[in-house]
Amino acid sequence: MNTLVRENRNGIQQRPEQYVMPAANVREDGDNYILQVEMPGVNKEGLDISVENNELTITGRRSLPQIEGTCVHRESRPDNFRRAFELDPSIDTGKIAAKMEQGVLTLTLPKAEQVKPRKITVQ
Amino acid sequence: MSIIRYQSPGSSGLTGVDRWNTLRDELDSLFELPFWSNFQRQTQLFSGWSPALDVYQNNDNVVARVELPGMRKEDIEISLHDGMLTISGERKSEISEADKAARTECYVGKFRRSVSLPTQVDANKVSANYRDGILTVTLPKAEEAKPKQIQVNVE
Repeated sequence: MNTLVRENRNGIQQRPEQYVMPAANVREDGDNYILQVEMPGVNKEGLDISVENNELTITGRRSLPQIEGTCVHRESRPDNFRRAFELDPSIDTGKIAAKMEQGVLTLTLPKAEQVKPRKITVQ
Repeated sequence: MSIIRYQSPGSSGLTGVDRWNTLRDELDSLFELPFWSNFQRQTQLFSGWSPALDVYQNNDNVVARVELPGMRKEDIEISLHDGMLTISGERKSEISEADKAARTECYVGKFRRSVSLPTQVDANKVSANYRDGILTVTLPKAEEAKPKQIQVNVE
C-alpha cells in the first residue's frame, strides 16, 4: 500500500512540462500580417520561434529574477509560454521578422509577392 | 481567415465574436489546466483587465510584482495610501478601426490593482523597476516593522 502511494506521488512530480497559452492579437496591415503575443517576463534570450510545415510555434521561457523572502500573495503562474499557429500558405515564411519589447513579441509576417493585389494598367 | 489558431481549426476568429472566443478559451482551460490555477486566478471575462499580482516579503522589504506586458513606463501609476499599495494605468490600443483585426485577445484600457501591505513601509524609499513587461515595486519596511533580535541575558 505504501509503495502504491509513493509511486503515485512520483507520477505527479514527473508530469510533462506545463505551458501557459499566451494571449495574442492578429491583424492585417497592408502587405503584412502582424501577430502580437503577450509574454511578460520573457526576454529575447528566452524566445524560441520556429516554423515547420506551415506551423509557427512560439515558446517563451521566463527569466525572472528570484525575489528573496516568502511569497504572501500569488496570482502569476510560473510556467513558460507556448503557442502554435497555423500559417496561411500565402505567408512568405522566409521573411518573418520578430521584435521583443517589454514582454510583447511582435511578428511581422509578409504576404508572398504573388498574392499581393496588383494593379494592371491597360496599354 | 489567414492565421488560424492551431488548437481549434474549426473556429472563425471574427472581431465580433472575440468575447465568445474568450469564453470558449476559458471553458477549454478548465479541462486543460490543473484545478488549482483556475481556482486561484480570478476570471477576467467580466472584470476587464486584471493583471496578475504577486507579493513577497523578507526581513527588509515588501516586494510587489505585476505582469504588465507592452506598457509604456509613463502610463504606469503607483501610489501608496494608508498601507494600501495601488498600481494603475492604461494601455492604449494599437489597432485602429481601419485595420482588419482577425483576433484580439490582449486587454487594452485601464486597470487598477490594490493590495494591502502586510507591514508598515517607508513611503519615501519606495522604488520601482519595469523590465520585460514586469513591474517590480520594492517597498522597504519601516524600522519599527523590521524583526529585531533581542538579547536576553540569562542569569
